[in-house]
Amino acid sequence: MLGAWKVRWGMGRMNYMVPPGLYAINNPATTDPVVVTANYKMSYDIVRSALEGRNIWLLVLETYGINVWCAAGKGTFGTGELVRRVVSSRLAELVSHRRLLLPILGAPGVAAHEVARQTGFSVSYATIRAAELPAYLDNGMLTTPAMRELTFTFYERLVLIPVELVGALKSVAVIGVVCLLLSAVSGDPVAGMLAFCACLGAWLAGIVVGPLLLPWLPGRSFALKGAVIGLLWCGVFYLLAGGQAWSKWVIVAIILALPAVSAFYTLNFTGCSPYTSRSGVKKEMRIALPAMGVAILLGVVSVLVGRFL
Amino acid sequence: MKGFRYLKNVATLKLDQDACIGCGRCLEVCPHQVFSLAEKKASIRDLDACMECGACALNCPVKAIAVDAGVGCAEGLINEWLQERKLRTSGGGCCS
Repeated sequence: MLGAWKVRWGMGRMNYMVPPGLYAINNPATTDPVVVTANYKMSYDIVRSALEGRNIWLLVLETYGINVWCAAGKGTFGTGELVRRVVSSRLAELVSHRRLLLPILGAPGVAAHEVARQTGFSVSYATIRAAELPAYLDNGMLTTPAMRELTFTFYERLVLIPVELVGALKSVAVIGVVCLLLSAVSGDPVAGMLAFCACLGAWLAGIVVGPLLLPWLPGRSFALKGAVIGLLWCGVFYLLAGGQAWSKWVIVAIILALPAVSAFYTLNFTGCSPYTSRSGVKKEMRIALPAMGVAILLGVVSVLVGRFL
Repeated sequence: MKGFRYLKNVATLKLDQDACIGCGRCLEVCPHQVFSLAEKKASIRDLDACMECGACALNCPVKAIAVDAGVGCAEGLINEWLQERKLRTSGGGCCS
């Protein structure tokens, strides 16, 4: 539990792994099923606890501590590694059947027909979630439509956020330094502090609030969803920080720059989402990145104009 | 996927129905129910649901499916572009 919590916050995430190879869970016989997973310790633990009380062969592939989905995308959870492990573990001598149960999200890395050709083992893509493996086994090893259906629930999004926050901490430092410099140059520490709070809020809105409210924010584009939440933050900040006293130049700057900051971070959450396509993200980025750059630049210009006009 | 839809008309997924042998493997590996199967031929039922993971193309025994699969996150793509323009040599990338 503690280990999983630490990893969720990015601590020791890159060496949270178990040795690859064949594991016997409880007391498997030659007829018992073979389940394949990655050597990311969190994947391994989830599979083990899901299969508690059952006799299972668990074949763990060397994915260098990366989860099944990401490792399949990179090919480490792949045909070559699976074939190597089947051979090196002498699986064919330990079991009498010729069937491997793989997670559905491992399919982008594994060519089932190639595995069959090279090892004689047929591949069944069982379920998306390990938690549904018992139901799959009890269902005569047949996948129901629900077992094949991806979800991205509020909780599933929530657990991904800590590591995103930690990963983006560096940018907070950059924002801090820029705001500090601005205060020094303008000789107005209060304005610098306010600018920092405004940016920090936009940063949090884009990383935390955008992903959490994902299905309820308008549009399909992640950048647009992020811009909307950034705009909402502008409103909140206006009320919290006494915006009535601001000049119109400052208000224009805030409305331009803050949504751009939020949009960038929500767009980055496409990397965590299980339904965005590469072509879609490319298209978004071609439009959104220049737009964000221009918006932030105009925001800065607006502040400067307001100061010196 | 219930409750989530991404951009329309961008997925690069292509299915060659003449080559398809109707084995149904693409339906088995797709986590977004993009394909359907009728009379021993697969067809693309919901192109916009495709996230271009490439599982169907890799698992098609007759190579009837093609898709531009690969890193799909913003951070990974930025790194890819930087590398193409020789602004960054290597490394970086997400979920490294």
